[in-house]
Amino acid sequence: MDIFPSSDHPLIRVEELRQHFGTQEVLKGISLNVEAGETLVLLGRSGGGKSVFLRHLIGLIRPASGKIFIDGEEISSLTERQLEPIRRKIGMLFQDGALFDSMNVFENVAFPLRESGEKNSRIIEEKVANALELVSLTGHDEKMPVNLSGGMRKRVALARAVISQPTCILYDEPTAGLDPIVCDTINRLIRRLQEQLGMTSIVVTHDMRSANQIADRIVLLHDGKIHFLGSLKEFHASKDPLLLDFIHGRSHEIE
Amino acid sequence: MIEKSSAHSSALRSFFTYLGEVALLVIESFQTIASGRIRFPLVVAQLVEIGYGSQFVVVVTGAFTGAVFTAQIFYQFSTLSMSSAVGPVVCVALFRELGPVLTGLMVAGRVGAAMSAEIGSMKVTQQLDALRALAVHPTDYLVVPRVVAMLISMPLLVTECVFVGILSSYFVATKLLGIPSIYFLQNIERFIDGHNLVMSLAKGFVFAIIIVFISCQQGLTTREGAVGVGKATTEAVVICSLCILIGNFFLTMALNMIFPAGLR
Repeated sequence: MDIFPSSDHPLIRVEELRQHFGTQEVLKGISLNVEAGETLVLLGRSGGGKSVFLRHLIGLIRPASGKIFIDGEEISSLTERQLEPIRRKIGMLFQDGALFDSMNVFENVAFPLRESGEKNSRIIEEKVANALELVSLTGHDEKMPVNLSGGMRKRVALARAVISQPTCILYDEPTAGLDPIVCDTINRLIRRLQEQLGMTSIVVTHDMRSANQIADRIVLLHDGKIHFLGSLKEFHASKDPLLLDFIHGRSHEIE
Repeated sequence: MIEKSSAHSSALRSFFTYLGEVALLVIESFQTIASGRIRFPLVVAQLVEIGYGSQFVVVVTGAFTGAVFTAQIFYQFSTLSMSSAVGPVVCVALFRELGPVLTGLMVAGRVGAAMSAEIGSMKVTQQLDALRALAVHPTDYLVVPRVVAMLISMPLLVTECVFVGILSSYFVATKLLGIPSIYFLQNIERFIDGHNLVMSLAKGFVFAIIIVFISCQQGLTTREGAVGVGKATTEAVVICSLCILIGNFFLTMALNMIFPAGLR
């Protein structure tokens, strides 16, 4: 399997990434490239290190060993302050949204704009309105995060992640715990952001339906390693038992 | 034996790690302040929370400390026919010790606990990670405004506590205990000089640093959900209070060397 395909200058390059928490080894040497403009779906069982891997890509966790290159720049040795320009290029959608609970919806979505120095309130209002329209939440500006449903929180977080138009978005379980209609909305949105704005997406999920809808390529993490990396078509054509278990949602527990 | 010594060395290691973390937070915060990356609207919000929000506790603390100390000193001194010395004794105690220490302890309990709980809740709900992911340094956004607001508020709160204490002392001494107002005021004027206020302000300033950095550090290193937030909050108040009480001794020694006691 070719794990370093296509162009010479991938947007993200990960080399031999290893991570452990105490004695537990979570990532055991992950290497992969993410091309600009593609949607890469990371599949794997719960607790399999998918979210941990994703957090490395934005410098929230430092690798125990290995290297991560974003746009050609090695980030694992950068300080928090040096990481800031890199982080402005990458958006992240956290699993439960991670909205700032002291701010209302409008302030949450406007936060990245204000922090990047935008002072013109008319421009901020316009951009927030557009971002909220994108996630079908127009008119909910004044609500506090505590008064939102799980799906709404995730959509507000998505609006916050995309408002400053990053080149890449990391999605941590964007559809987990949501009803099928909201799931579909989010999947379509991820696809639309890729098609219309050329955003690169890395999506951690264990929802096969979602993966089928959005993935250009699929990575299956198993036991801290890459078990499969290939196109959606290759994924479905594979006869690998683990992949088949994933596709069909089977466990091997004796009834 | 080996187990005991390894437990001691690990406790010592955690202590020095903790000191190092707090020191790093202090350095990072002052670097941000020096570079002018201060978010003034957040400082104002914290000034309201810390300064305005602490008015009730500080006024009540000052008033009743002044009152009770006046009564106690009066009953002791009157047996020695020294009741006219009540004013200056209460003033010295309030300016130099009771005002700063009690304000420090009250603010640690109210503001320090709130800081560590708020930052700790943000930590366990990934809001700190969200800040970092949005290229905003948590120290700049959460710690620095609190540091600036505390450095402004705390000396003012200490001064307020002291003056409310003196006012209440004056009231109790002259209206309830029958000390002639002229003696009370003249003796205060004779024995109390500007050094007392400087000591008060210096202590307020140092206690502000102790409270804000320990509380924020506790919040930033919170782990394990709601239980962790509770633990961080309790520890913040306990550590702040102990540091204030211990630090106060060394401050008193140092300040008395700088400003030796004696009549003007």
